[in-house]
Amino acid sequence: MSRLIDVENLTLQFDTDEGRITAVDDVSFSLEAGEVMGLVGESGSGKSVTAKSLMKLNPRNAVYGADTKITLHLDDRPVDVMALQNDHEMKIVRGGAISLIFQEPMASFAPAISIGDQMVEQLLIHTSFSKSQAKEVSVEMLDRVGISDPDTRFGQYAFELSGGMRQRAMIAMALSTKPKLLIADEPTTALDVTIQAQVIDLMKDLVTEFGMGIIFITHDLGVIAQTADKVAVMYLGRLVEQGTVRDVIRKPAHPYTRGLLAALPTLDDIDAPLTPIPGDIPSPLERPPGCVYNTRCQEVVGPLCSAKVPEFSQVDTGHAAACHLYDPAGGVK
Amino acid sequence: MSQNPLIVAQGLSVHYGLRGGLIGPAPFVRAVENVSLEIAPGSFFGLVGESGSGKTTLGRAMLRAAPISQGEVLFDDGEVAYALKDLGKKELKDYRKRAQLIFQDPYAALSPRMTVRDIIAEPLEVMGLTKSRVEADERVREIAAKCRLNVEHLRRFPHAFSGGQRQRISIARALVSGPKFIVADESVAALDVSIQADVLNLLKAIQEDMGLTFLFISHDLSVVTHVCDHVAVMYLGRLVETAPTRTLFSGPRHPYTKALLSAIPSLDPDDRGKAQKLEGEIPSPTNPPSGCKFQTRCPVAIDRCRVEEPVLESAGTEHNVACHRWKEFSS
Repeated sequence: MSRLIDVENLTLQFDTDEGRITAVDDVSFSLEAGEVMGLVGESGSGKSVTAKSLMKLNPRNAVYGADTKITLHLDDRPVDVMALQNDHEMKIVRGGAISLIFQEPMASFAPAISIGDQMVEQLLIHTSFSKSQAKEVSVEMLDRVGISDPDTRFGQYAFELSGGMRQRAMIAMALSTKPKLLIADEPTTALDVTIQAQVIDLMKDLVTEFGMGIIFITHDLGVIAQTADKVAVMYLGRLVEQGTVRDVIRKPAHPYTRGLLAALPTLDDIDAPLTPIPGDIPSPLERPPGCVYNTRCQEVVGPLCSAKVPEFSQVDTGHAAACHLYDPAGGVK
Repeated sequence: MSQNPLIVAQGLSVHYGLRGGLIGPAPFVRAVENVSLEIAPGSFFGLVGESGSGKTTLGRAMLRAAPISQGEVLFDDGEVAYALKDLGKKELKDYRKRAQLIFQDPYAALSPRMTVRDIIAEPLEVMGLTKSRVEADERVREIAAKCRLNVEHLRRFPHAFSGGQRQRISIARALVSGPKFIVADESVAALDVSIQADVLNLLKAIQEDMGLTFLFISHDLSVVTHVCDHVAVMYLGRLVETAPTRTLFSGPRHPYTKALLSAIPSLDPDDRGKAQKLEGEIPSPTNPPSGCKFQTRCPVAIDRCRVEEPVLESAGTEHNVACHRWKEFSS
């Protein structure tokens, strides 16, 4: 496998009327080609903002940290994403090397333009296809994602398709430019479980076929267990745990990950009580000092937790948690 | 069921008229078709199905918030007994006090211009249940405490609250009139898992504390199996299987129930690809298939399923299933 993207010290703040809000705080990760990374966290944890930062798709009031470095490794050369200036330069990544699938496909398609015209339009921007070639490729992709009668669907509008079909069309559109990296932001959350199972299968097939990397954003740990190779857990803008999917789900190291798993109703033991994580997620305007999770944490080590931001410590090979439980300098454990 | 049921649906159908149909009878959608079920007092009754299965419409019909086209809904809480279809204005007003709804989206359900106190007190004022503001305040404080909201919270506006807190406000509003029967329509679907568990535990605690009966509508079978004692599975407006939760979970009989259980993503990464997958999507209720409504997606459908619609039959104690072939696959 070859390295696809390196994200180092990604920090992102927003200037608002109420002050400068930190949305992403010193996040680092990397992804290989053909690898699926699950990015897990609750609403407000910063997972969508992190993913959009990889294409600098954030509003104008976004301020990136000075030592933020995002390197995309294309076939011939590395691209420094932060150095890309205008929309023209951004074409290399936006819709070119990186495609994005949104949660709500109804809101992502233009309602008054046919599905086919939208697919052709982006192919004309990002590839050297002629209009007729672009149509051919689009119909082929619709067929590939399991849409029956693709020729007819090509001419239809988003409202004429069912929810599952729209999400398939979205995936077809995102993949038709043959991206190196696919960012899927809650792609199955709005779908029924039976349709979700179909879409997950489809995405797994496509990774194998196209060999691209996927960042799969979701709050559903079950979906992660069924799709991802490795997992990164986010809380209030910070990564708190990273590791392979088996390690993180079977041996969660960070108290937050443990809390998430304990709160999840599972079918394995229907009598098990559901254990909520106490309290609510703090507002981004009132980020707690020290470890961001210390206000809800059940395993606080001591005053250190509300004083010092924990660094990542290795728990096992390829498995790390940012928690003072594992901090040798903390003098515990 | 040993006790008299609190609420009973008998052959309940809800049809909605469609536009068009210049020639012949006006077309209509059978959103709910011939549904019969009983909910015992003190039960936490789950209703599951995909979007478009009619579960919300059924819940609303049981509150008389959707029109009852055929059949009847009977309510009997020991104090009053109502037949909902032709309920008079005065009785309907009284029924509103006894049967309440908790909505899905705590962001849309609360008026941003009212304080939490006013939101919770509104049903009391509308229904004329309290005589003075002091009395209403007292009732609001009492119910807010049950929903773990403190006095400080009551003065604020909804925007100051998180999703979990807002849902607790919605719950308090539903409970303030002292209802016996609550329909909770996807009440935790919009919440994060860490908060979802908290709200579910609160609903259970309140149910035991106040002796309530719940109809808990959800698309999430894993949530339903954890909180409900009975479950009914719906597909395209029909009940396809009803059973006590444990029975349904350990021995599902209907192919649709089996597929739903199997489609829940397992937390075990080594379970990949083991799920039994359903092809296709739920058909449109405006153009339902002939025979069994599930036949277009059913992995075991035969010719009989395409012509004859199965009816609910007993498959064990309190266990009913509507499938021609359940016996062949019941091992």
